Amino acid sequence: MKIVKLKKENLFSFLEAISEEAELWAPVQKYENKHSFQLIKDFSQIDLKYTRTILPPKKLFLPPTFNMFLATEQGYEEDFSHATKKILFGVHPCDIHGLLILDRFFQHVFDDPYYSKARQNTLILGLSCWPDENCMCKSTNTHIIEEGYDLFFSELENDYLVWIGSSQGDDCIRIKPGFFDEDITDEDIQIYIKWQNERDKAFQVDINFVAMPDLMELKYENPIWEKLGDACLACGSCSNVCPTCNCYNVLDKPLLNKDTSEIGRCWDACTLESYSEVAGGENFREKRAQRLKLWYTHKLQAYISKYGKPACVGCGRCASTCPVDINVQTVAKALEGKDMDTFWNRLSKEVTK
Amino acid sequence: MNGENKCMNQTNPYLPEAARIVRTYPLTEDVKFFQVRLVDMEKAISFKYSPGQFAMISVLGAGEAPFSISSTPSRPGLLEFCIRKAGTVTNAIFKLKENDHIGIRGPYGNGFPIESMHGKDIIIVMGGLGAAPLRSVLLYCLDNRDIFGRVALLHGAKRPAEMILREEFFALKERNDLECYLTVDADDTGKWKENIGVVTTLFPLLKDINPSKTFAFVCGPPVMYKFVLKELIKLNIPKNQILMTLERRMKCGVGKCGHCAIDYIYTCIDGPVFTYWDVIHMRELI
Ligand SMILES: Cc1cc2nc3c(=O)[nH]c(=O)nc-3n(C[C@H](O)[C@H](O)[C@H](O)COP(=O)(O)OP(=O)(O)OC[C@H]3O[C@@H](n4cnc5c(N)ncnc54)[C@H](O)[C@@H]3O)c2cc1C
Ligand code: SF4
Ligand code: SF4
Ligand code: FES
Repeated sequence: MKIVKLKKENLFSFLEAISEEAELWAPVQKYENKHSFQLIKDFSQIDLKYTRTILPPKKLFLPPTFNMFLATEQGYEEDFSHATKKILFGVHPCDIHGLLILDRFFQHVFDDPYYSKARQNTLILGLSCWPDENCMCKSTNTHIIEEGYDLFFSELENDYLVWIGSSQGDDCIRIKPGFFDEDITDEDIQIYIKWQNERDKAFQVDINFVAMPDLMELKYENPIWEKLGDACLACGSCSNVCPTCNCYNVLDKPLLNKDTSEIGRCWDACTLESYSEVAGGENFREKRAQRLKLWYTHKLQAYISKYGKPACVGCGRCASTCPVDINVQTVAKALEGKDMDTFWNRLSKEVTK
Repeated sequence: MNGENKCMNQTNPYLPEAARIVRTYPLTEDVKFFQVRLVDMEKAISFKYSPGQFAMISVLGAGEAPFSISSTPSRPGLLEFCIRKAGTVTNAIFKLKENDHIGIRGPYGNGFPIESMHGKDIIIVMGGLGAAPLRSVLLYCLDNRDIFGRVALLHGAKRPAEMILREEFFALKERNDLECYLTVDADDTGKWKENIGVVTTLFPLLKDINPSKTFAFVCGPPVMYKFVLKELIKLNIPKNQILMTLERRMKCGVGKCGHCAIDYIYTCIDGPVFTYWDVIHMRELI
């Protein structure tokens, strides 16, 4: 792979130059310590030191709600207005891995044109990061990234190492050739390696994901699920924030005074009660415990069995979001039979029933 | 199974095709028969599907829902559905008249591996609305009668008035190249001349089954499966030769919305047809 060097002070000028014909989206601080990928109008808004955004990049490819097509008596009119040309800057490795999982999913058997068009129209510009107490990406082996980006920016002291991952990425570099230095010195490499080693040591969470498929199977009937189910508020937040959750509902919204409907999609969550209802009011997963089992089967078991890695990319969003502390970390610990007391005591305190 | 998973619209699987209701009439108090035809002639003729596949039907302003295709691919051009009134979408479908338009997309799902059953014996066990997907298998067997061995049909309903497509099934009794056994749980008309009792009471009528060359198709209300499967196992039919369809909530039909998931199986693309052997290994059962 081709690697070049960019001086830090040239980053924003570079982004400005390449985003003339596309929307630039990047992390900005929205509330105290809460970040969000936003459309950038003023470059000073960009926060290069963010840890994680509230919602993952999936919101740009399949927004929380959007219209798929207009249905009339005369026919159907496709609507791809969400798939504008975009440059998404500042994506961390875990989130790029999340997109790779979504890519595989949305192209499996049938290609989802709403996802694929938006994906094709978006350049991914990755950015290196530093873990906090909730980051689990070293355990999921998604703390490094080798594919899925057009450019990736690794921060050194005064420069970025820029990894060129695609021909579109290379085209961007060629817009401002003067900014990029092909001469990577030994000193640069030493700084990079030192940074990598220090970052590896900064991870505070260590989960053995390889053991999870077996533990899910062995503990499928274990009472821990009932306890987790009792605590879960069925709010669906974990699904909204997870970069690999993809469930949605379909909406038919009739327009007033017309024989026309907007057929749209909105995010859904398997933790919500209405999710598995079928005709006749029958529900295959009436209990919260059953629904949590489905969620964690998908994160910890299904994908590992099929592709050798979990469908969790370790971003830590569930950990920083769930109001009752049910997340990959606590569930994995519960499955391993570790730290049970602390966890359960905390749960019962936080849940007023 | 048939492994095709190809729907009409190759570039946007979510986009329906306009179809016209050619014929509709009530089958029971809450089930109606619909014969429809795609408005685009070429698409109507080239619409390819297997028995056991389903289509998503939409009504403007009401939404969309999955329905088994009840017709057979051996009679191309028209698609048939048996639809029970259950909620928003089905209520809207019930209000439609002949010549009205609906949207159709599909076909979806794996369907029954019927092409691989040449020379085999077929037992079809249906209860209630289970006749909807299995009628397609039955008609397919009848249209290709020579390539199958023995064909037996066991059909049960609660009461005579609730047996959908009963005239069609009565007519089959006249044929000597298939065994057709009908039953009702209870006869409130006093005119029922066939068997009375649940569908399993028909099993003694099936004589000299050759289990290794027999494929059984089962579809009906959840309560029916348990008892019928027991009978089929008693007949020594291998578990991977017993085929059934599973019903789940479905919003997309193309393996994306997640609603139909059982563990990590997506009923809409990996199913809805599963063998009894598959189903035993699903942790969240029927
Ligand atoms: C593969 C497959 C094949 C099928 N084949 C056939 C067929 O051949 N014929 C047939 O008649 N049916 C068939 N079905 C079932 C059919 O799809 C359902 O009956 C249909 O989806 C009902 O849609 P509806 O909008 O009319 O009902 P809905 O309005 O969705 O309501 C159905 C019931 O579900 C409950 N419900 C639904 N959503 C909610 C909610 N958000 N909150 C609370 N309660 C809710 C209600 O209690 C209601 O009674 C099939 C299903 C599948 C998966
Ligand atoms: S399960 Fe939690 S940590 Fe894993 S990807 Fe989803 S939100 Fe991130
Ligand atoms: S696990 Fe937590 S975030 Fe997810 S639905 Fe339950 S309470 Fe909400
Ligand atoms: S119906 Fe949407 S995934 Fe199966």
